[in-house]
Amino acid sequence: MSVVDRTRPRERPATAGSPTRPRLTDEHGRRVRAWELALRYVLLLAVLALTVGPFLWQLSTSLKGPTEDIFSSPPKFLPGDPTLHNYERVADTIPVWDYALNSLKVATANVVTNCVGSALAGYALARLRYRGRRAATLAFVLAMLVPVEGIIIAQFTTMRELGLNNTLVGVVLPGCVAALNVLLMRNAFLNLPYEIEEAAFVDGADVWQRFWRIALPSVRGTLAVVAIFAFMGAWDDFLWPLIVLSDPSRFTLTIGLNYLHGTFANDERLVAAGTIIAVAPLILLFACLQRYFFRGVGEGAVKG
Amino acid sequence: MAGSTVTRVRRQLPTSPWLFAAPGLVIAGAFVLYPFVSTVVNAFTDRRTLVPGDFVGLANFRELLHDDMFWIGLRNSTLYVLGVVPALVILPLLLALLVQKNIPGVTFFRSAFYTPVVASIVVVGLIWVWLLDERGLVNSLLETVGAGRVGFLSDQWLLLLSAMTVTVWKGLGYYMIIYLAALANVPRELHEAAAVDGAGPVRRFLSVTVPAVRSTMVLVAALSSVAAFKVFSEVYLLAGPSGGPAGEDTTLVMLVQRTGTGLSGRVGYASAISVVVFVVTVALMLLVLRADRREDS
Repeated sequence: MSVVDRTRPRERPATAGSPTRPRLTDEHGRRVRAWELALRYVLLLAVLALTVGPFLWQLSTSLKGPTEDIFSSPPKFLPGDPTLHNYERVADTIPVWDYALNSLKVATANVVTNCVGSALAGYALARLRYRGRRAATLAFVLAMLVPVEGIIIAQFTTMRELGLNNTLVGVVLPGCVAALNVLLMRNAFLNLPYEIEEAAFVDGADVWQRFWRIALPSVRGTLAVVAIFAFMGAWDDFLWPLIVLSDPSRFTLTIGLNYLHGTFANDERLVAAGTIIAVAPLILLFACLQRYFFRGVGEGAVKG
Repeated sequence: MAGSTVTRVRRQLPTSPWLFAAPGLVIAGAFVLYPFVSTVVNAFTDRRTLVPGDFVGLANFRELLHDDMFWIGLRNSTLYVLGVVPALVILPLLLALLVQKNIPGVTFFRSAFYTPVVASIVVVGLIWVWLLDERGLVNSLLETVGAGRVGFLSDQWLLLLSAMTVTVWKGLGYYMIIYLAALANVPRELHEAAAVDGAGPVRRFLSVTVPAVRSTMVLVAALSSVAAFKVFSEVYLLAGPSGGPAGEDTTLVMLVQRTGTGLSGRVGYASAISVVVFVVTVALMLLVLRADRREDS
């Protein structure tokens, strides 16, 4: 492994103009040619503009004041006189903070239920022997394969029979222990060595103690992944809340935004402010936790 | 040895394994497996939201054959697969190659390219509605360079193409990560041997990288084709609830949502469309997997 792999770059990546930094080596320890590096950064910056640019444009639009022309040609990328006025207005137009709170409730509940439910079920599938275990595993595999989009009407009627339509509980319930997460946790528990639990068993620990004190702390990584995806999945979900929620006072942020867009489509500044409110917490969360996303990939990349 | 221990566990606490599995099983049973069975059963009834309905045999499916909207939905969902899947198999692979090399700042680029995956589909949809608006950024850039404005969201086909672009744009980072994991397992010796033999980058890509990540490409094709066939949000947000001009951009899942919900929702009919979605989805998976096996032999 080369030194460059390990040490963090001391300066910001050079732009296309100055690619001739001496002795830069690739992961093989070979020198990277200057033109190749330059080409790489040009392409990286181009893709960066394409992927992040639209978010920045939305942010810029949300900061433009009512007198500024947001339709100008050529477009003005920076707001002439940045203002938070649109954020105040969006809160006057729809109860955006209530919607954000609803989304937060739904997402938090989804994290808790998914972590608890899938850890318990995953442990039962991986570590406990009982009659019907294979059937239970099969049930989760089948549940994972059923496409949500196809059963959404039946979920809706089921919810109606339970009297839970138009409630946040109804939004959370169908995905609150996702089969995929159960199987992820099962695999994590399967990879733990049996010996430690056996030692605890000999010492008189019952099944709950072994689960709680020994097995669960060993699968924190997988649990973190389940938690992150449960949060993002619930915060982002659109189709199911759209179907189950009908009363605007109960909306989550995504449904509220769609409503805002439908009602006030003519004022892009307002819609832009709303979308930024919805996306900012997620981008912050992602920025803080991104190493969990890429850790596995990184580990693979330095091997060999 | 492990077996004997867990057998004793069972004797010690005979009910606890089921207590562990119960929450997950109840949810999966009540909200996934039961709705699946009831979707299939409902497809053969004329059930409505407030009316239990009767068994009507294949009537729903016969009606589907004569329903223009169903054919429009089937056409659009199929076009979506054809348009989106090749792009999502190839572009993320190229992107993964671009961010694979450990050059300064590359982790920043990886995270940045993943941002659209993190952002909610509603946010993404509304951002693109604004970008592609008659007076939006894309059109004002086009006008700046002297080209005319284009009605991306008012033309039936351009709208579908725009929605596909959004799907690809949002999916790039996700599949890039899958490819990165696969590329990490490609033995370096292969590349080095090919380089020694005088193969250029393009040649090495085609004869070393592609064969090495072929199974991942099949996986991406399977995942993305199933997802593309079930597309809802992108088209719904760009085209509006009614599915664009004269509903011409309606997809199958949009049709399910439109016909099956509300107080007058035709649950039975929407379930019949859902059954078609199931069948095509399974068929797509089998098709992709079979194509994979054929290339193997």
